[in-house]
Amino acid sequence: MNVSLILIILLVGAFVTYFAGDKIASKVALFFSLAALGCSVVLLNHFSAGENISLINAWINQPKISFALNADGLAIAMLLLTVALTPIIIFSSFGNEYKNAKAFYSLILFMAFAMTGTFLAADGLLYYIFWELALIPIYFIALIWGNGDADERRKAVVKFFIYTLAGSLFMLTAFIYLSQKANGSFLIEDLYKVELSSCEQLWIFLAFFLAYAIKIPIIPFHTWQANVYQKAPTVGTMLLSGIMLKMGLYSVIRWQLPIAPLAAKEYLYIFIALGIAGVIYGSIVALKQKDLKKLLAYSSLAHVGLIAAGSYTLTLDGLRGAVLQMIAHGFVVVGLFYAAEVIFRRFETREIAELGGIRTQSPKFTSMFLILVLASVALPGTFNFVGEFTVLYSLSKINIWFAILGGTTIILGAYYMLRMFQHVMLGETNSKTFADVSLNEGISFAVIIAFLLFFGLYPKPITDLITPSLETILNVINKN
Amino acid sequence: MEMDTNLALLLVLTPFLGFLINVFFGKSLGKTVSGTIGTVAVAISFVVSLLLFNQITSTGKGIEVTLFDWIQISNLKINLGFLLDQLSVLWLLFVTGIGSLIHLYSISYMHDDENMHKFFAYLNLFVFFMITLVIGSNLLVLFIGWEGVGLCSYLLIGFWHKNQDYNDAAKKAFIMNRIGDLGLLIGMFIIGSMFSTLDYATLKTAIAGASNLNLPLLSLAALCLFIGACGKSAQIPLYTWLPDAMAGPTPVSALIHAATMVTAGIFMVTRLNFVFNLATDVQSVIAIIGAITSLVAATIGLVQNDIKKVLAYSTVSQLGLMFLALGFGAYEVAVFHVITHAFFKACLFLGSGSVIHGLHGEQDMRNMGGLRKAMPITFWTMLISSLAISGVPFFSGFFSKDEILLTAFHHSIPLYVVGSIASIMTAFYMFRLMFLTFFKEFRGTEEQKHHLHESGALITIPLIILAILATFGGLISLPGHSWLNEYLSPLFTKAAGEEHHLGTTEYTLMGVAVLGGLLGILIAYVKYFKQDNVPESDENITGLSKVLYNKYYVDEIYDAIFVRSVNGLSRFFRDYIETGLSTLVFGLGKITNELAFQGKKVQTGSIGLYLFVFVLGLCAIVSYIFLAK
Repeated sequence: MNVSLILIILLVGAFVTYFAGDKIASKVALFFSLAALGCSVVLLNHFSAGENISLINAWINQPKISFALNADGLAIAMLLLTVALTPIIIFSSFGNEYKNAKAFYSLILFMAFAMTGTFLAADGLLYYIFWELALIPIYFIALIWGNGDADERRKAVVKFFIYTLAGSLFMLTAFIYLSQKANGSFLIEDLYKVELSSCEQLWIFLAFFLAYAIKIPIIPFHTWQANVYQKAPTVGTMLLSGIMLKMGLYSVIRWQLPIAPLAAKEYLYIFIALGIAGVIYGSIVALKQKDLKKLLAYSSLAHVGLIAAGSYTLTLDGLRGAVLQMIAHGFVVVGLFYAAEVIFRRFETREIAELGGIRTQSPKFTSMFLILVLASVALPGTFNFVGEFTVLYSLSKINIWFAILGGTTIILGAYYMLRMFQHVMLGETNSKTFADVSLNEGISFAVIIAFLLFFGLYPKPITDLITPSLETILNVINKN
Repeated sequence: MEMDTNLALLLVLTPFLGFLINVFFGKSLGKTVSGTIGTVAVAISFVVSLLLFNQITSTGKGIEVTLFDWIQISNLKINLGFLLDQLSVLWLLFVTGIGSLIHLYSISYMHDDENMHKFFAYLNLFVFFMITLVIGSNLLVLFIGWEGVGLCSYLLIGFWHKNQDYNDAAKKAFIMNRIGDLGLLIGMFIIGSMFSTLDYATLKTAIAGASNLNLPLLSLAALCLFIGACGKSAQIPLYTWLPDAMAGPTPVSALIHAATMVTAGIFMVTRLNFVFNLATDVQSVIAIIGAITSLVAATIGLVQNDIKKVLAYSTVSQLGLMFLALGFGAYEVAVFHVITHAFFKACLFLGSGSVIHGLHGEQDMRNMGGLRKAMPITFWTMLISSLAISGVPFFSGFFSKDEILLTAFHHSIPLYVVGSIASIMTAFYMFRLMFLTFFKEFRGTEEQKHHLHESGALITIPLIILAILATFGGLISLPGHSWLNEYLSPLFTKAAGEEHHLGTTEYTLMGVAVLGGLLGILIAYVKYFKQDNVPESDENITGLSKVLYNKYYVDEIYDAIFVRSVNGLSRFFRDYIETGLSTLVFGLGKITNELAFQGKKVQTGSIGLYLFVFVLGLCAIVSYIFLAK
């Protein structure tokens, strides 16, 4: 038994969903996503028992590409994040009607397939193929099922597509260069072994950086983000912010740092500073956003900035905190965008100025939304605190000012989130009626909240899962 | 050991269970049941605290309970664990004790509120977090409680959430606290990297056994921790949230914003006394900030007309006095004042609540007066508490405040003077409050006058109990023979403070303090009883009073400097930087487009032109080859 099973389930699921027809597409998709989750949990058990669940098959001879899937703790954690969020995302869409639903749900599963592949791939080109493959479904999801003016939407989505594609091409170039140095192999362990001068490393590092900085995004490469988040259907926004941007962060740890460690060490301060600048900049811009989804987009920018800063510290704490925070952020951001969606279903607007007074009408929804807001501002006891604390601690060891500046997130984050909450939820009763959360909606929220609270107090299983593989990666980074 | 773990869990989880029951079933259970569950939950914790107290006084040893590993950082292992020792159990006693009384009071006070079950849920949650804060065995567990009580404070200040002003106050409290929390976090980071532990006991041994301590770094840590304390305990410059926090229902003001939560900063500094003792510069800062805060807040309190605002500034001022003591390393003195203050300030707030309740929401003292006859129990209990806070002999506040001033006198005469002036002012504004509220004729509407009545037993019983405690609370630490100092002595490495041997100086100082207090009362008597003054209406307040009445315009200054600049920056980023960057990226695309467009023009289809360019190119290549040679 190995991890390719998950890929197969998701891919088959995508096809079956398409042929199942519009009526039951959503349920079929949910079934397959849950099957993937179930199998992943089984695989996790096998892995914990010490079984090897990785896979290497020769695939293409010229160039030499292997179908290599490496399932270490880190990859499994990201795999679990993907297959846990996918059913939640699919289930959260159950209140909505989509035209051509079979294509819509099929694309979601296809995207989950591509993202899972990206996390597992242990061959540079295979990884690159999955990486680009993930872009296609989200392009169509955002373009076809998005909201707002069609022309503006097309503009935003096409910009996103070309921008990320352009960034990735540099990464492809880097891979080709690397494989020539590695006797034509693209296998990750061969690429790790390539000896590069520090000048070469810098170029490779920057090529990777361009791809990842756009995907994550790190300022100033973030301009596509807010518009696409706003214009994509919420399902698309969740896929993007919950999982897809973690592809970039994950890749920093998996590919960029171990392949070009000298450059990473040399310019440590610059890249940490860039991440932290994102924290402050994103938080400040979020403050005055008028659209709820855009506000959440900028808050996401701030959070991933901190995660990136943690990764670039090149310390175990930094990497560990970053991964923990990736998972926590994935859940909380999906929850928050879902809350925006729940509001939109009732009021047909996301303009913060037009909202307010919901608390009196729906105390249940208010409580759940508030818990998500608090998790987002990393209140101790939530999973987000564990990650944020670890990252800030690792930053403080590099330089105390990094921790202070990065730590402003706990002040600014509270400011823009509570301000948003106040204007969206509190105040005089809204003149429009706000129906209380339905059972389906409640389940989605409850699952996310339960996850965040449980691992907030007991993060040990996840920490134990990811730590050995992070140590291995650090060994590669420090081998010179 | 098993037994201890169970006790600790019972202690901390009972209020949490109360919270869960009230959140999920509170509405259907009905108001009385929901209130009773909330109260009983805290009362159970109080009983457990008593048991623990008994155990600790008999064995003299603290109890450590470790539940499980929480956060794993390379050189730090952080447990979810509890430390029940002299300090935490003492805090537990008054948190859960006063907490129970205030819960009881709230059953009556909040009975007309449709969301009473939520109120009790939040109060229970608060007690849960406060207990966590107090009994955590390391700084990070304290931090769970620390932020948790901040959350509950946020929820309860904004309890009446239809009013956006209240919501603003709630938000302000949370954010200002978070500024302090960043300080606390940074302090933890420094301590964590210096000693590889955040656990109190381990830290204490590590510091005691360390040679070559990096004292400047440790001082920096202490300073950062103190910033955290400034946030939670409302000290300059982070105090402005506390007066605004009075937007919450009055029981909340009594419990959270007077008796318990705001003392968390003092708790933390006392807990880490072995850190602060080594940071003498920071101690001076603490003493100075405390003294200035106590004076500034007292001056503002002189002219406030909202009964709760007076009490709020009084709280800030009294907290300042506690920090004054902490700054001199007189931890047990500060703790003593924390306890007596909890008694009389809780009583005062609950009393003011009783008044507000009786007047259907009226908080302006200019519209009160003459309530003595209609509300005798409220009057007498508040009078006792006012005497206590003013330092009138033999009431509890007399002993604790006197200790603080005495300590200050031995270390720094200027700070002693500042503290003394603040104390005189305290006596004045408290009796200004008493005279305006309870004496002379009633100044409210006829309608209100008609309905004047004493509050019910659920309100008066807590008042009476607290008044008794405010009277006799001083007995726990009598000058020269202090039970409290002895009880707390295991916490402190040096001999518990300086026992003040009662000599001539001490008696003189005591006399001066008493006279000062009486002077304050006398001025208030002359001004508001003899001469029958009533404070001017808002528009007629001028000069210095206006500055004081407007709290030195500190809110406005903060608003101009911080809030507006951040908001302005946000707008600037949104409108210019974001669009600018976006144009830049699109610009790259446009350049490609433009190049294609221009390049297209060359493709004219004319063979002649192509040939011409071809020849030109050939010439260029040939000449390059020749020239290169």
